Amino acid sequence: MKVAIVRFPGSNRDLEAYHAVQDAGHDATLVWHRSTDLEGADLVILPGGFSYGDYLRPGAIARFSPVMPAVAAHAAAGRPLLGICNGFQILCEAHLLPGALVRNEGLAFVSRTVRVRVETDTTPFTAGYRVGQELRFPIAHGDGRYIADDATLDRLEHEHRVVFRYADGNPNGALRDIAGIANEGRNVVGLMPHPECAVDALTGSADGAAMFAPIAVAAAP
Amino acid sequence: MSRFRGRVRVMPRGGLLDPQGAAVEHALAALGFAQVAAVRVGRTLEVTLEGASETEVRERLRAMCDRLLANPVTEDFTIDTVEALA
Repeated sequence: MKVAIVRFPGSNRDLEAYHAVQDAGHDATLVWHRSTDLEGADLVILPGGFSYGDYLRPGAIARFSPVMPAVAAHAAAGRPLLGICNGFQILCEAHLLPGALVRNEGLAFVSRTVRVRVETDTTPFTAGYRVGQELRFPIAHGDGRYIADDATLDRLEHEHRVVFRYADGNPNGALRDIAGIANEGRNVVGLMPHPECAVDALTGSADGAAMFAPIAVAAAP
Repeated sequence: MSRFRGRVRVMPRGGLLDPQGAAVEHALAALGFAQVAAVRVGRTLEVTLEGASETEVRERLRAMCDRLLANPVTEDFTIDTVEALA
């Protein structure tokens, strides 16, 4: 399966995503944000980093990049789209996911490994996990506090669209301990932690590998 | 067409936690400014632009806020002033 990883100016986890996808046996390709097509990708990843220096708000400027209409069309067609960290922020700014990511409650930039709990296995990115399974992923963000109004939060819970929750302490003040969510169609997922940096025990955790491996199965027609 | 300068103020929505404001508030208290009851931190943008009238310029600034300058989920905006430049 062909996976496009979009590079914005300031992306810095693009190569980690690239390698995680390649290691899972997929054909990864890096697409510059000025491109207006995704080269026929079956799956798209918006990687972590600090696109446009996080100026104005994280993701606010990247969301108007020339590539974004193609990303939105890909999502609208029901194809899998994953936003990691800054990618999650971009998806929220682009209204492809509800809510927003704001400054961490404690103001500090948080960089450490956290435990997250899988809350649903019915997305292309969590089909390889069990509901309730706990995973160790690194986080590295200053603006990772997920917020939305109560009606939106209730709806996310009711529709089982909370995909990941922080399981041992909330590192950023995210409402309802939310670490990742899905859209209504369940094909678009955003999360603050970095599964692409947890695909090899050598770097502390391989819990993220299953996130990239079963994609082909879940997304296959 | 004339040239205008608009000042747009973007603030965290009331009721939302504003950790920057809280940190500044604590720092002011530590400096002895005991009178301070609350601080909120937002941003002001100065936009210089061409337009036919102040009304048109205000409309355009509002559109800029809706699309980019403010996030409707977390922020409120106010167009504070629009002045015609010589």
